Amino acid sequence: MTDAPLAPPRSENFLTAKETIRSWFLTIDHKRIALLYAAALFVFFFIGAAGAAVIRIEMLTPQGDVVSAEGYNRAFTLHGVIMVWFFLVPLIPTTFGNFLLPLMLGAKDLAFPRLNLASWYVFMISGVFTLAAIWLGGLETGWTFYTPLSAVYADGWVTLAILGVFISGFSSIFTGINFIVTTHTLRAPGMTWFRMPLFVWSLYATSLVMVLATPVLAITLLLILAERAFGIGVFDPTLGGDPLLFQHLFWFYSHPAVYIMILPAFGVISELVTAGARNRVFGYKFIAFSSLAIAILGFMVWGHHMFTTGQSMYAGIVFSFLSFLVAVPSAVKAYNWAATLYKGRITLNTPFLYALGFIALFVFGGLTGVILAALAVDLHVHDSYFVVAHFHYIMVGAAVTAFMGAVHFWWPKVTGRLYNEHLGRASAILLWIGFNLTFFPQFIMGYLGMPRRYHAYDPEFQVWHLLSSAGTPILAMGYLLPVFYLGWSLYNGRPAGPNPWRAQGLEWTVSSPPPEHNFHGPVKVTREAYDYPKEDAYKGPLPRDAWREAEDDREEGQAAEDRR
Amino acid sequence: MSWAGIKFWPEAISAHAENVDALAISFFALIWALAVPIGVALVAFAWRYRRSNDGPDRQQPHHGSAWLEWGWMILPFLLTLAFFVWSAGLYRDQHHPPPDAREVYGVGLQWMWKFEHPGGQREINRLTVPAGEPVRVVLTSQDVIHSLFLPPLRIRQDVVPGLTTSLWFEAEEPGVYDLRCTEFCGVSHSRMTGELVVLEPAEFEAWLAAFDAGPTLAEAGERLYRDLGCSGCHGPNAAVRAPDLAHLYRRPVPLERGETVIADEQYITDSILMPERDVVAGYEPVMPSFEGVIEESELVALVAFIKSMAAEDGMDGNAMGADAPSDPAEEEDAE
Repeated sequence: MTDAPLAPPRSENFLTAKETIRSWFLTIDHKRIALLYAAALFVFFFIGAAGAAVIRIEMLTPQGDVVSAEGYNRAFTLHGVIMVWFFLVPLIPTTFGNFLLPLMLGAKDLAFPRLNLASWYVFMISGVFTLAAIWLGGLETGWTFYTPLSAVYADGWVTLAILGVFISGFSSIFTGINFIVTTHTLRAPGMTWFRMPLFVWSLYATSLVMVLATPVLAITLLLILAERAFGIGVFDPTLGGDPLLFQHLFWFYSHPAVYIMILPAFGVISELVTAGARNRVFGYKFIAFSSLAIAILGFMVWGHHMFTTGQSMYAGIVFSFLSFLVAVPSAVKAYNWAATLYKGRITLNTPFLYALGFIALFVFGGLTGVILAALAVDLHVHDSYFVVAHFHYIMVGAAVTAFMGAVHFWWPKVTGRLYNEHLGRASAILLWIGFNLTFFPQFIMGYLGMPRRYHAYDPEFQVWHLLSSAGTPILAMGYLLPVFYLGWSLYNGRPAGPNPWRAQGLEWTVSSPPPEHNFHGPVKVTREAYDYPKEDAYKGPLPRDAWREAEDDREEGQAAEDRR
Repeated sequence: MSWAGIKFWPEAISAHAENVDALAISFFALIWALAVPIGVALVAFAWRYRRSNDGPDRQQPHHGSAWLEWGWMILPFLLTLAFFVWSAGLYRDQHHPPPDAREVYGVGLQWMWKFEHPGGQREINRLTVPAGEPVRVVLTSQDVIHSLFLPPLRIRQDVVPGLTTSLWFEAEEPGVYDLRCTEFCGVSHSRMTGELVVLEPAEFEAWLAAFDAGPTLAEAGERLYRDLGCSGCHGPNAAVRAPDLAHLYRRPVPLERGETVIADEQYITDSILMPERDVVAGYEPVMPSFEGVIEESELVALVAFIKSMAAEDGMDGNAMGADAPSDPAEEEDAE
């Protein structure tokens, strides 16, 4: 890996081109904004995880003995609100989406760089509101804010928290608009729609959902605030309102929001699988269009959250059918990824391990979703741990694993450094084992009848709760270990060079870290996406071997010193 | 089903519960059948086409195949569709209680369950029912949304303020089972639990009789009907012209705005609380609202009385339209 300059000069490197604090907080560089988002999400993740820790510790025993019922309810509300709106929804689009979209399209920046910066500030302001609500004592509505509990009965800082979520929606909308316009207008010459990386397709589909669904959430939350603050009857039956109307509006956003979380993860996995298999993706158009199909169908299935509410039987049957249908484009992706490995040239490096782990967790999470869409089964497992397990398989098992894969895949690009491959692969495996141990028992206790959001529970469920809680330290290690070795690599990692994975894609043609303005000259695209050579003569070191070389170097240096 | 004291599968005490289990188990089998090939393919390809293995031929182009794509879209979908049909059928049954189902009224409130039998027997956090007989539980909430979950029967129904919902079941195994609230309803949500007591029919009758029940639900409702002045307008010799309620329950009612609705519990309840919402064709909207005037339990009694008038009348509402849709969107009233 010595054919290209290993690191760009400081003046070109986007990280060091300008070095004042001000240059970071007023930056309009999409790559720096991505890092600003990453820093914020890092903090939110640990706050949300603290809520999860309280839950899993309380669930060790059937009696509600670690925290009070009120404390428990506030912990799971904190966990849900922070993880959904301040971690999972923005997770991949605002970090890797921001960083990579212009690079992948051959553009200098997003279409609206200032709007991009504004979206970060709006996000931070909304975070301040929500964190203030938690700091002042929290709230106990659950992340779903169901009325009339949230509007009339709940104590705590509901108004402040809802205001925070309301404001965060604008940052989603800004990002969505920015991505859509960028994809339409800033593609480099030759970058046709069907030459775009699949990550871009998935971001495009995600952005459509963000722009179309988020306003509905905003309106719904405003109506709750109006009811709470001014007693205007919309959802409260004593004021002539309809509590189920809230659920319709809420899920009209919140079901598509699941696709906001998972669609970008699909895109990441398409990149990881093709680079890991060094193979052209199988069924490019099917994967690309399946993202759009999911985005569209995703708007038509919200009623499957309401099978037990007393909505009409016919509505239930129609929503059930549409939910079975939405599984089709999701399955297409899984089959195509598996087929992409066929006749590939596969290296089991860290990102590829994450990708394989993702596929397994996603397939299981998706298929249990189809089970939940079956009406009569849902009547039994609705609002139980079965549902909790299902959506954690999708939103954590799949989406966050994809994010971790993305971190390990693009880390050399963002920082210019390689990390320790052994620890990388160990983290991927720990994550997978810890996740399954934590959440698989929840399927079983869910079917047994363990309701979600229970502070104290029937002792017959304890053994399953113990298994579940036992998984969390392993899962936590899977998340924490990378913090250490990636942090270490920043100072001690071997320089990565522009393309350590020898992957296709425009982002790998520039130096690592990329120059401030992305590309030195005009970009012209002449090849399909993932145009890997059929016969790959390269036998040189890959990052995992390069890492080993670094170890050898150090040992040699040590030996030389000893000799001296 | 349990092993070494660890429970793996919940007990099932009704035909419906056994059907749901059969559905769930076959569906689990199907998803494993769909998932395992993907896992096997991932592992097998990752091994065979590893970078260091120069053995396999990698020449043939292979970046798409329309028949394969359509195949793995359509085939699994059709297989799952069988389960859609099966589960929708069971769901439909849940919406069609047998006409002769025994009725129990339930009210959910922060944080307890109140049940009342037509004979006036009241229970708190316990629902006593006979074995081998269909029972329909008519539900409403006094405050927030709750959900009545009966695990051994594999059913649940949300209990929504301002809405009358119901579920029905036919428990076969006498015993004492869990009953839980499964819609988060505030601080003590996890303590809103109780018992479902299934008794042999004879035992059940003895239990009912042993209750030193005061007036039956309908009798209590009749007293309220007089005390609140309902009879002043709805009675046969009333000065004000108001619809006759004697034949009302489960009959179609033509509305002023042109629609016709079935007078189910939801309709009667709404008409008491929001009389101006659905005015009966040919009547003036003169009835005052009783919202805030009467309690949830009094409302239940009034509705029971109005229903009982249809039954006494020989116009047993159950005989017709027992499976009248209780679509919450349709309701109304007049006077």
